Formats: sequence, structure tokens, C-alpha cells
Amino acid sequence: MQINIILAGVGGQGILTIAAVIDHAALQSGLTVRQAEVHGMSQRGGAVQSHLRISDREIYSDLIAEGTANLILSVEPLEALRYLPFLAPDGRIVTSTDSFINMEGYPTMEQIFDELHRTNHPVLVNAAELAREAGSIRTSNMVMLGAAAPFIGIAAETLEASIEKLFQAKGADIAAMNIRAFRTGQALSQLQATPT
Amino acid sequence: MKQLLLGAEAIALGALDAGISGVYAYPGTPSTEITEYIQKNKGDCEQPVHSTWSVNEKTAYEAALGMSYAGRRSLVCMKHVGLNVAADAFINSAITGVNGGLVVAVADDPSMHSSQNEQDSRVYGKFAMVPVIEPASQQELYDAVRYAFDFSESIKLPVLLRLTTRLAHSRAGVESAVSAVSRIQKTLNALYAPERFVLMPHNARRQYNNLLGMQDKLEEDSENSWLNRLLPGTGTIGVLAFGIAFNYVMEVREAFGLDYPVLKVGHYPLPRKKIDALFNSCDTILVAEEGYPVYEELLRGYFGNTHIKGRLDGTLPRAGELNADSVALALGLAKKEVIPVPAIMVNRPPELCKGCGHRDLYEALNTVMSSHEQHHVFSDIGCYTLGALAPYNAIHTCVDMGASITMAKGAADAGLRPAVAVIGDSTFTHSGMTGLLDAINDHSPLTVIIADNDTTAMTGGQNSSANGSRLLDICRGLGVEDAHLRAIIPLKSHLAENIAVLMEEISWEGVSVVIAQRECIETAARKKRNPAAKA
Repeated sequence: MQINIILAGVGGQGILTIAAVIDHAALQSGLTVRQAEVHGMSQRGGAVQSHLRISDREIYSDLIAEGTANLILSVEPLEALRYLPFLAPDGRIVTSTDSFINMEGYPTMEQIFDELHRTNHPVLVNAAELAREAGSIRTSNMVMLGAAAPFIGIAAETLEASIEKLFQAKGADIAAMNIRAFRTGQALSQLQATPT
Repeated sequence: MKQLLLGAEAIALGALDAGISGVYAYPGTPSTEITEYIQKNKGDCEQPVHSTWSVNEKTAYEAALGMSYAGRRSLVCMKHVGLNVAADAFINSAITGVNGGLVVAVADDPSMHSSQNEQDSRVYGKFAMVPVIEPASQQELYDAVRYAFDFSESIKLPVLLRLTTRLAHSRAGVESAVSAVSRIQKTLNALYAPERFVLMPHNARRQYNNLLGMQDKLEEDSENSWLNRLLPGTGTIGVLAFGIAFNYVMEVREAFGLDYPVLKVGHYPLPRKKIDALFNSCDTILVAEEGYPVYEELLRGYFGNTHIKGRLDGTLPRAGELNADSVALALGLAKKEVIPVPAIMVNRPPELCKGCGHRDLYEALNTVMSSHEQHHVFSDIGCYTLGALAPYNAIHTCVDMGASITMAKGAADAGLRPAVAVIGDSTFTHSGMTGLLDAINDHSPLTVIIADNDTTAMTGGQNSSANGSRLLDICRGLGVEDAHLRAIIPLKSHLAENIAVLMEEISWEGVSVVIAQRECIETAARKKRNPAAKA
């Protein structure tokens, strides 16, 4: 088993929290992890990405090769498209539909949706809205992780245990809220995956 | 249980477990996290581990050398361009040699993710004639640091540990070999050896000869190093893979089910016998190096060995990081069809944070400079460098740490009016103070704006060496006249006042310093969330 995930977003949106949960869960599952991230100048309001690789064998490269990502998990819709050359032919995009516009020339949402729909059954998530329902907009990353959970190759219970572990320092209620957010995302994802 | 660590953190843990008594460093991407990890995880040992930030890489290196002189193990860390700053101390410490183990961890930044060049620190290792180790994975980093301390002590030389951004900033599970409670530091044992450490010519010549005499032994050590190993294979093409390039070579080898022989090199000087064995068994050798084609050039020789492929003949790209895709192409594998980036894509460059004081400073400065025919602003390295981008386009140089002041001085000497420099608090103490003294001694007409946000912000908010009233004291002590040493607060509500102050000082024909004092909003928010974090 080997899963390659590109995590995408804008500096400050917290994609590394998502990565931390997956990393922890993968190690708990006895899997090998490599996760390359961006620090430094490029992080402030700029496009950021993390290459996350999970395997039951040794992983050599910290970077994902083009055309081999099983999943692009993006917390911003335009950012999901930036890394399309990495997507495997049968790879999936799971993205938030909440746009973050801090530059000139941002395309229309219609253009972005057109491009997203050219890919293999994208999962589109109104993350902010679902996060608010779960208790706080700050849980939107866990909504996104929940929506991506079916494609990560790790049991949802293991991911939930890792959320619990990583958020427990902030209090039991915060941890519970994030798990609620995770389940909301997961439910939406299952709904979208069901053929209509 | 393995711990999930960044490559940088694996170095830090390895150094702690090797029993260092101190780490010395100035923050610089991608090396910062080494020191940060030690600061957070050094534990409450009976014997303390020094870990506060140094003023710059040179002071850091010299302090680490002093700790080694005193018989204890020290780690010194920097980014590649930091080694330029510490180069004097580094090269000469190879001549004196060391006492306690001294490991110099230098993180290069190929592809220039956060740097102004992609210089390759292995060249410095060759230049100083010290061993260089270049591990390929996080676990290897951990193991190699512990090995490097023993090795440094046994050969009495500093050991250069070279890594690159991709390994420094990638996480993997790392197994540690020592528990925190069983770490053992070396005892204080200051070396009285003026014949080694006083580099007057008569000593230096002897020491240099000793260093030259050691080179055969260092090559022998490389020959037998666990960091250099040959993976046998079949076929006429062999790969010589240095450092992290090994990972991409192996990724391609596995993904495509290939079987070419690979010589992994992670310990220099070159292991000549292993290289000979690979070259003798293959018709063509692909040399894969992350960084400059340092050893490819050496192996090709002046007349060019046409059996060698690599970055110099375009088989691999001449610049930038390697990856599995570029290595696959170099090995003749066809380029994959991939989904292109859609035409609607636009760039999202980094920007100054909303609410950052630098924004208000640049708004005021732009207003002032627009009234001048010549409106060059010399600047420096930090978050405020982002002022070079739209919408401000406020600064027009960024070369090296501290260069804003000295370049503005030189331009003033050439007759440029006004001559204006913008520099951060941390960069000013790093390398700006000495240049300001030059300007004062020459009465150069120059205005230095110190953007004092109370932290080293770009690298994530480390403590800076001086800020607030101490910066005013330093400038006063260097000789800036009180009348032309001004403090402003870069806030929207102070805009008119700030424009007036800048206007006055920029039009004055002498050295003036304007310090814009406002805390970084990121570190302020962090302190608010976690008051205990203020250290």
C-alpha cells in the first residue's frame, strides 16, 4: 500500500494541522511516513503545499512524482488546481469551496468549478459552513480531513484517535468539536460518493 | 516507538543524545528548527545545554569553537549563506583543529525557496579540507550527527554536516538510541595548546601541514564509512548519487523496476576505491548531486569525460532541486503525460501580513520618497523584503545581511541623494551596526530606518539580539547624534507624523536613524494565546 497526498492551501490556513493528524495516525498504524512542508519566506499569504506520503514499505523520496498523487486535499479551491500535474489519472481532488482572494486576477468560481469537474469525481466541501455547524469555523480543517478520510488508506477511527490526541491539550470540548467536524466532512463525502 | 521529526529536528535530537553542551546559531531557513528543537527539548539536565540565539553566524561559530576548546561538544547551525558570514572562523578552525567534538550543520537551499542563491556548502568543506557528511534521510541524520561528534573528536577536526531544504523540512519517523536521562556531556577540559590555537605564521604553517598530512587518512575514513555504500546491479549505466539525490534515484529504481548499480555517497572526501569500482563496472555514469555539480566537474576533468552524465551536460537540470521526475528523465525514461495546470491559474505571491507595521512604514516612506527625483531605497533581509512586491514596490535592493546600510553609504559617497536604508532589528544587530559606524566616521549623508518589530520575524519569531531602547542606545553609542536619532510608531493613526519625521531626516545632510517601533503582530498574537511562551 502506498498513498501520495498533496495538501494545498494558502500560508496561514493551517494545512500542517491536517498533516500532523495524518502523520500521527499513519505512525500509529505502523506505516512509514514522509511529509515535506514549506517554511520561511513563501509561507506568508502565499501558496503553500505539503507532500505527504504513506506506505507499508520504505519510502525514498520526500517529494511526490508527477502523475502519482492519489489525493489532492485543498483547503482553497484555486489552490487545488495548482498541483494538477501531480494528480494520478485515477486520483481524487477533495477541496473546500471557500475561496481566499488576496491577489489580482482570481478566476470566477464558475471557471474553477469547470476545471475541478474535469477531474475524477471531485469532492467539493462547503467547509466553513459545516465547521460553523460543528461549533467553530476553526474546525474547517477537520471538516476537510473528514471529507478526505475515505481516500487516505487509514481507518477513520484511527484518524479520530489522532485528532483526539493532538487536540486534547486544548481541552476535551475542543477535541470533541474537532471530531464532530471530522464526522460532518466524512458524511458529506460519503453522500457525494454515492452514485445518484 | 518512532518519533515524527523534521530532518532539522533529527539533527537536534542526535546532537542532544550525543551529549552536546551547547548549540550556537542565528536563525535562517531552512536551519532554524535545529536550534528551536533544542531550546524546547533540552530537558532539565543537571548540566545545562546552551541554546540562546547568537547575534550572527560568525559569533555563533566562534562560541562553538570556544566550547570545543574547553573540551565539550558543541553544535553550530546556519543556512548556507550564513557560512559565508562564519567562513573566516570555519576555515581557520580547520587549521587549529578542535578539542571537544564540533559539528557544523549547514542547510543549503537549492531552488532558493527562501534564499538569495543556491551555493553548495560542500565546496566550503573541500576548501577547508575537513570531512563533510551528507545524510539522505531523517534517520540517517540522527545517526550521522552522533557519529560525527565521535568522528570529530577522534580526528580533532570540525565536521561539516550538509543538508538541503527538502530533508530539513520533511518529516519522517526517527528511532532514537539514547534516552534523555542517559545523555552524558563531556567534562570541562580546556586545552592549553597555544602551538595549535595561536595561528601566527610559524604555528599556522605547521598546522596546515598537519591538515594536509591528514587528507589520506580522511579519504580512508570515507572509504570505510557506513554513509558510503554500493548497491550492486546490472546493466551498463551506473549512478553516483550524493546525499539526498540517492532518494530520487532509488525512487525511480523501485517505481520502474530497474536494477542499475548505485553508489550512495554521504561522506567526503570522495571514497576513491568505491568510485573506481563503480566506474570500472559501467560504461556510463550518471552523477546526481543536489546542488552544484561539484564532484561531477571534478570527475569529468578539464578535458571532459564523455561517459559522465549529469548537470553539466544538461542530462539533469543545471539549477534547482532534483526530484524523481528529473532523475527519471536523466535515466532515459519517457516523460509521463500529466494533467496541465489550467490556464486560469494565477500566482499567489507571499505578502506582508494584514495589520503588519511594515505596511504602515512603507506607506509613509513611499509618500516621502515620491517627492524626490531619486527614490532608491536600499534594503535588507527579513519580512520587510516583501515591501519589494506590489502594492508597495518600496525597496530596491536586497543582497546580503546588513548590506542596506553599507550600500546606501557607498551610493551616498557616489553622490546619490537621498540615500536611504531599511533594515530590521535583528538584521541590524547581525551585520548592520558595523556599517553604521563606517557611515558615522565618514559623516555620510544617509538615513537608516530600522524596522524594529521586536523579533526575527521571517524565520518564525525568534528573539532578536537587541530591540526597543537598546537599539537607540546602540545607535547613540556608535555616534548617531541625538537630534537625528528618532523613534516613530508605524500605525495608520501616526501616518502624518511619521511622514514628517522621515521627511526631515531624509533631507538632512548627515547620518540619521529613524527607528520604527511596533511589535510583529504574529508574535504579539502568540504571546496573547500563550503568555508563558514569552521567553
